[in-house]
Amino acid sequence: MTITEARGGRRTGSAETGAGRRRGSAVLWGLLGVIVLALLWEGYKAIGPVAGVEFFGTSILPKTDDRSMPHLVDMLTRAVEPVNTSAGSPPVWIAVIGAALNSLGVAAVGWAIGSVVGFLIALLMQRLHVAERAVLPWLILSQTVPLIALAPVIVAWGGKIQIGTFSWDRWMSVAVIASYLAFFPVAVGALRGLQSPDTIHVELMRTYNAGWFRTLVKLRLPASVPFLLPALRLGAASAIVGTVVAEVSTGYKGGIGRMIIEFAQSGTSDPAKAYAPIAGAVVLGLVSAGIVALIGLTLKRFNRQEAAS
Amino acid sequence: MTDTALPTTESSAPGVPLAAISVRSAGKIFTVAKGAEVQALTNIDLTVAPGEFVSLIGPSGCGKSTLLRLIADLDSATSGEILVFGKTARQARLDQEYGIAFQSAGLLPWRSVQANIELPLELHGVGKTERAARAEELIELVGLTDFRSRFPDQLSGGMQQRVAIARSLAERPKLLLMDEPFGALDEMTRERMQQELVRICSETGAAVVFVTHSIPEAVFLSDRVVVMSPRPGRIVDIVDVDLGPGTERSDSLREDGAFFAGVTAVREALHGAPVTPRGADLR
Repeated sequence: MTITEARGGRRTGSAETGAGRRRGSAVLWGLLGVIVLALLWEGYKAIGPVAGVEFFGTSILPKTDDRSMPHLVDMLTRAVEPVNTSAGSPPVWIAVIGAALNSLGVAAVGWAIGSVVGFLIALLMQRLHVAERAVLPWLILSQTVPLIALAPVIVAWGGKIQIGTFSWDRWMSVAVIASYLAFFPVAVGALRGLQSPDTIHVELMRTYNAGWFRTLVKLRLPASVPFLLPALRLGAASAIVGTVVAEVSTGYKGGIGRMIIEFAQSGTSDPAKAYAPIAGAVVLGLVSAGIVALIGLTLKRFNRQEAAS
Repeated sequence: MTDTALPTTESSAPGVPLAAISVRSAGKIFTVAKGAEVQALTNIDLTVAPGEFVSLIGPSGCGKSTLLRLIADLDSATSGEILVFGKTARQARLDQEYGIAFQSAGLLPWRSVQANIELPLELHGVGKTERAARAEELIELVGLTDFRSRFPDQLSGGMQQRVAIARSLAERPKLLLMDEPFGALDEMTRERMQQELVRICSETGAAVVFVTHSIPEAVFLSDRVVVMSPRPGRIVDIVDVDLGPGTERSDSLREDGAFFAGVTAVREALHGAPVTPRGADLR
């Protein structure tokens, strides 16, 4: 190994420890955020008026009684107690994990479908400029349709599908709605990524007499990775939101969205119970983004910065 | 190596080696917004012999890069004829008759030095071992042996440009097209790169069309310097430079009388001083 190589190796090493330190401080800051949030909650509960604050008849700050704002300790203790009084009822946190995994599976299907569809749309738009002008406004328009309005339509259409032994299940409707939210960031991000190569690179491929497909494989796809990864992460978070909302509006049982509604309905008698699945949904969003980030690690090579010349 | 300049309007008779480039009364008109037209090049005649090093020099907007792009078939001429080794520019591109290097290196950031050099070979289905062997030769030629597995962002500008030159040579082209490849480099790196380029070109025997706006660079590198003028882009003069074979050109040449004479001749042609314009200009 030459001296320069050795020096290069050491530089990468120190860069890695630097990144490790940064990651460590990111975790610390994240924890600090949670602590601040907990202090705000308990602090307001301690000093705020029991009836809340009203301003000309409009409530601007919530009531601080135990029903509206249970203590954090109550939420935690409720989370380890059984779901209900029936015999063999599992602790709340176990039930939350089960529901979250169920939702994660449905969201993953939705995310995968959405990502593939989004990517194909981006490819079409990259290939044909006419398509970009014709399709892009519709994509943006598609995201303005409220999910609640969409859910019954998809459930109704899905119910008519019956091919051989295959019949449409309710979770598929949920997955379709999740994909409807997930495809948009992927389509937009992938389009930007596919269009990101410089003119000089595109012209270089032209001088090599490389056609559209080879240019795609050797140039546009690798160049799109830095744009695609954040888009996929955003798509994953969108798929979780879509799943939670769609579970509620399609009446799909077993997922975390449905559990939030069910537990909240017992709010008057058991106010602390509903916070466990809400926390579960938040963690679910983080986990899904984390999984996509792990996928991204395998593509690290393509995430290199453009060489500064 | 052809040291003697060919007349600009010579037609390739049988027996005479086929010209690397033959441009005949070529013109290029760009249509800009609202149908307005810009005459980028008019009435260009130029012949480049095999193995000859020809520079295109002139102020910004004189169409020197456009002329190079016409030869590379990145744009097409609106009039006239451009032949590369007797083929149309398009056919020559399809047949991979030339290698090209631009002002910025244009390396793919996710590929190592070696993989960047192998790119054209990979695209044209050359086998893995053969690719690696060729890349090894070229890496040695441009002096980057210790850097073959580095990535472009770990290289200096000069090193990146060397990789780009190695890449342009990957398929052993008989013609190299270079559009201000050293334009973004500092003066010291630039002079060293010029010397390396002149050596590499005489070793490989490739003809070169080199776009630049540096007079000393054009004189140092070239067998002939084509002086161009803007609005509309045209050739005003072609200056013969005879500084001996490329392998023998060294730094000391930059102090030589012949070099200064060349610089003076090109400068006079550029500024339209004593030298009477010849060639395409019919004013």
